[in-house]
Amino acid sequence: MKSFSIKRALFFFSALAMMYIGASSLSYAGETPDPNGGNTGTISDVPAAKPGEPTFVEMGNAIGHNRVAINFMWTLITGFLVMFMQAGFALVEAGLCRAKNSSHTFAMNFMIYPLGMLGFYLCGFAFMFGGIGSLGTLGAYSGLNNEITVTLFGKPFGLLGWKGFLLHGAGYDTAAFTLFLFQMVFMDTTATVPTGAAAERWKFSAFMIYGAFIGTVMYPIFGNWVWGGGWLAQLGVNFGIGHGHLDFAGSSVVHLQGGVISLIFAWLIGPRYGKYNKDGSINPITPHSIPFVMLGTFILAFGWFGFNPGSTLAGTDFRLSVVAVNTMIAGSTGALAATLWVWLVRMKKPDPSMMANGMLAGLVAITAPCAFVGVGDSAIIGLVAGLLVVEAVFFFDKIKIDDPVGAISVHGVNGAWGCLSLGLFADGTYGDGLNGVAGNVTGLFYGGGGSQLLAEFIGIATCIITMGTIAFIVYKIIDVIVGNRVSEKDEIEGLDLPEMGIYGYNGFTMDKSAETPRPR
Amino acid sequence: MKKIEAIIRPHKLDEVREALQEGGFRGLTVTEVKGYGRQMGHSEIYRGSEYTINFLPKVKIEVVCSDSNVEKAVNIILKKAKTGEVGDGKLFVSPVDEVIRVRTEETGDEAV
Repeated sequence: MKSFSIKRALFFFSALAMMYIGASSLSYAGETPDPNGGNTGTISDVPAAKPGEPTFVEMGNAIGHNRVAINFMWTLITGFLVMFMQAGFALVEAGLCRAKNSSHTFAMNFMIYPLGMLGFYLCGFAFMFGGIGSLGTLGAYSGLNNEITVTLFGKPFGLLGWKGFLLHGAGYDTAAFTLFLFQMVFMDTTATVPTGAAAERWKFSAFMIYGAFIGTVMYPIFGNWVWGGGWLAQLGVNFGIGHGHLDFAGSSVVHLQGGVISLIFAWLIGPRYGKYNKDGSINPITPHSIPFVMLGTFILAFGWFGFNPGSTLAGTDFRLSVVAVNTMIAGSTGALAATLWVWLVRMKKPDPSMMANGMLAGLVAITAPCAFVGVGDSAIIGLVAGLLVVEAVFFFDKIKIDDPVGAISVHGVNGAWGCLSLGLFADGTYGDGLNGVAGNVTGLFYGGGGSQLLAEFIGIATCIITMGTIAFIVYKIIDVIVGNRVSEKDEIEGLDLPEMGIYGYNGFTMDKSAETPRPR
Repeated sequence: MKKIEAIIRPHKLDEVREALQEGGFRGLTVTEVKGYGRQMGHSEIYRGSEYTINFLPKVKIEVVCSDSNVEKAVNIILKKAKTGEVGDGKLFVSPVDEVIRVRTEETGDEAV
């Protein structure tokens, strides 16, 4: 051990003293220090021609500025949270897959971020929001006002926006940029869902082409119809069907859509080698890292505090506390219900992969109704989601749609359930004026009749039919260009080396024959 | 000279090592192995479907000693590795023709 050094001690204390002197001399250049902040931010901080004596208009401008600034900050920060969900998806998907495909699965989840973003920047944003009109909580800017419409039944049907390409021209606006950031990370959430459903057998080149389609056209089409002022949003104004198809934070736009694409891709690409025996019985393909799965799920649950409460697009909308609590409640009841159901009723042990799927299912389901329902109903919505996800996983396994991570069950089935639950449980306390319809949103169980439920149903059916068809076409296009499925040899060996050129776990010995079940 | 190979439960390794060391056995080689015995592995359920874990993780230890010490070593391993439950493992004793210490090139009992 070193003995006590006087020289070092002197140096330490003199450094400390200098820091203190430096800090205190920097702290306040003004006259009186304000250590508790009570006098910081006064009328003299309002920009005015005569400092300290703002006019009525100057006061009004300052208040308006602050209001929109709070909304900007909230939307941007929650957008940053949603961006981090990419890490959660990567961990969940790679964890549920085998070690021999880890570099490949992670790479897909990584590349979808830059790839999807590029597409959304080029034209996706313009297609989705080019005709939205006023940006509401983000200020009165309404330059994105060119919606392509057709007239059906004597009413205008908005089909696609057409303004703000490359964020130039009408897109070069701070509010539009804020909206872009927030919506871009939502698009990426949808984009990364099918990488799980088609994992362990999808060519990386095929995935890249899919990534180019999702951000440019696939997501923005349905997104425009619900969030960009398109025809599903206008069902209320045009035909008196509820408030139009409502989806507060994306049960249908983000999750159902991701689930539908997953379903089509998993169905067309076929099950993984070894998953089914000749008699149709199942060989489970076990995950390589449950810790990844659970850590990823927690990251996703954390990001969901951006996803749902951020969808107010307004830090000044106090409803966001209700949204946040509803979100955490439904995620918890989803996890609990799935765990107990699989443990006590369906099987004998509390399968951790089902715990994770259950929490995500609850979060997906509450995403559409989170702003419109009460907390008790949120608990019920999450609980039903937890049961649904377990049964859906069993069901899709049985009909030989091999979904390694449960993406179809989590995002597809519960995305649909989330929208329906909005039509059932909306309690009539929120949503006045949404989609141009007066009055709060009220569901079937709160005396609102079946009108909102019908609007939700139309949205779900539209998503399944149109996005299913588009996904089918995109899959077939990829098949023609590069082919979707890797060779059986590569699949058995693991995709890391043949596809990516590097093992995910370089230098580790793996028992590969034990990882791939032998079909009998 | 004899070689004792024992396949034991991984969590029993430390006790066995300690006892062998105290008993004067100054060399031990350990390998992580997988295998099955009478029980033929066991089955679990993942996402609703049953699968069999055919090979269970075990530890294989190898001790080489002079003929006179074999009984002592075997007794130590048996005593420390036993739980009485299925899956305690197996022990094999086989003759060793020659032992050579690499550094000094000593042979036979000297080298053990």
